[in-house]
Amino acid sequence: MGKGGGAVATKKTFAEKMKSREAQQFFVIVTFLFAPLLLLIVFTYLPFMRMVQFSFYNMKYIGPKKFVGLANYIDVFHRTEIFRALLVSVYYMGGAVVQLALALFFATLMVFKVKGESVFKAALFFPYLICGIAVGFIFKFFYARGFVFDSLLQIFGMKLEDIPYWLQDQRINNVALAATSVWRYTGQNMIMFLGAMMSVDTDLYEAAALDGANNWHRFRYIILPSIKSIIVLNLILSISGSLSAFEPPYVITNGTMGTGTYFVIMNRLAHENQKVGLACAMAIVLLAIIILCTVAQKLFFAYVFDNGTDDESKAAVRKRKKAEQKKRAQKGAAV
Amino acid sequence: MRKKKGLSLVFEILKYISLVFAALCALIPVCVCILTAFKTNEEYAATSVLDLPQSFLNFDNFVTAFQKANMLRGFLNTGLVLVVVLTASIFMGSMLAYVLNRFKFPGRGLIQNLFMFAALLPGIAMQVTIYQIMYSLGLVNHLYGYMIVLMGTDIISIYIFLQFFENLPVSLDESAIMDGCTYFGVFFKILFPLLKPAIMTSLLLKGVSVYNEYYASNLYLQAPKLKTISTALYTFTGPYGNQYNYICAGVLITIAPILILFLVFQKRVYGGMAAGAVKG
Repeated sequence: MGKGGGAVATKKTFAEKMKSREAQQFFVIVTFLFAPLLLLIVFTYLPFMRMVQFSFYNMKYIGPKKFVGLANYIDVFHRTEIFRALLVSVYYMGGAVVQLALALFFATLMVFKVKGESVFKAALFFPYLICGIAVGFIFKFFYARGFVFDSLLQIFGMKLEDIPYWLQDQRINNVALAATSVWRYTGQNMIMFLGAMMSVDTDLYEAAALDGANNWHRFRYIILPSIKSIIVLNLILSISGSLSAFEPPYVITNGTMGTGTYFVIMNRLAHENQKVGLACAMAIVLLAIIILCTVAQKLFFAYVFDNGTDDESKAAVRKRKKAEQKKRAQKGAAV
Repeated sequence: MRKKKGLSLVFEILKYISLVFAALCALIPVCVCILTAFKTNEEYAATSVLDLPQSFLNFDNFVTAFQKANMLRGFLNTGLVLVVVLTASIFMGSMLAYVLNRFKFPGRGLIQNLFMFAALLPGIAMQVTIYQIMYSLGLVNHLYGYMIVLMGTDIISIYIFLQFFENLPVSLDESAIMDGCTYFGVFFKILFPLLKPAIMTSLLLKGVSVYNEYYASNLYLQAPKLKTISTALYTFTGPYGNQYNYICAGVLITIAPILILFLVFQKRVYGGMAAGAVKG
């Protein structure tokens, strides 16, 4: 009797426990999700929906709104200043390519033994930590007529009258500004590449060296495959990155003399001219471009790296599977 | 054999030449700032920018810059923002990652995708409408309003924590629950201490981005006493337009704290950067 009662009691408490576990779980989920989700909705999705809505209106921050349909979007593609801004982004994209190439080059050098490695690493990396405003001032000073860059060039025998005005001459000023981005981000990219390269098993290098591989072979067959995906990712990121370049032109030239990037123009339209609707339409167009790039990236990865492993492409997997099938078929025939 | 040795020697020399050249390119713009920051007004006007200053003990420009741009205020405000935002984002990020990684519940996939998609939205572009919302909530021109904006637009640490939870074995949770631990207990007593590397990484990445943030603080903190360090620095565009000896001093004051931290935590910073990159 006592025995049976005990069993019932434990059963009950077990059921209660289960019940309370579920309740507890629910409670944990709700409390842990509440704050981040609230912030996400209020500061990301609510503004996003408003942005979509405003892009169809002609409006200022305060005052009446007027529904104008797609007029703002048509404006985005017809205003010469916006079209020019897209062209300016091409300079930053070029800069991004140069930056990735340099980062890859220096990361590869660092993988091999280098004396004073930590000094070089630190020197190349630290520009990344400087805030955009400070970078802006540093280069405003650097490029100013007769100042740092011009003095350096004069030391190497160039005459001041042969040197262009770096920030005023429209043939060169966007290159000069994009170079500041290269200066700021190359080291950071290098550290990222280096991290990916270091994750390669060091035994591989030793084995390759035993097989008589030289440095080029090492780079081509061991290092490059290990960072292929991170390079492609960065190339695609650089497209949205160069469209959103903001701080260099904002601080150094304030977007004058043909240096206004997409964001600088948008910032001006939104906060100085108060063309909120047009600015929102610009933002939506930018978002569309970014989504396109991301989808392209996903598709690219799905095609190239499908079926799991990073160093075997889908095509290679297909080929191997076919060969295996053939072999099996032959075996079957033999039996 | 000798030829090969000669070739590799050439390769070695080229390697160091390119590294030294790159390091010089990275350092020269900042080093010239250091030279200029120590020059008096007369010196600055009379000498070439590449000349050494008369004395490296002339701190007058630093004092002037510090006072004129009200950098003490800037440092205090930025420090306060850093403490609050970093603490909040570490707790929120790790709690969110815990729930998303360990529990199955309806809407889980949707929530995860909402956070991922948010990372694609162009940050500065969104501020046009975020400003309206901030304004209607009465959060403009308050330090806490700015803190809330920075917390609300934080995706980096969520990524890092989600990734880290993937590699924490579920058996840890299970055995703790067997021992009668509650879910809160599991999270705070068992898992949270194990998150230390992820916490370091997100502290570094988020810390740098908060310290250097300019756009939002310029937009939401317009009162002079609310200036952060980057908006304080930006005041040099006005009255000191061409007095680069003051501007350079201001720039160096801004860089100094982050540079010191970097030199102390160098290895951690590199590790964090590499960890933050793997998410692709």
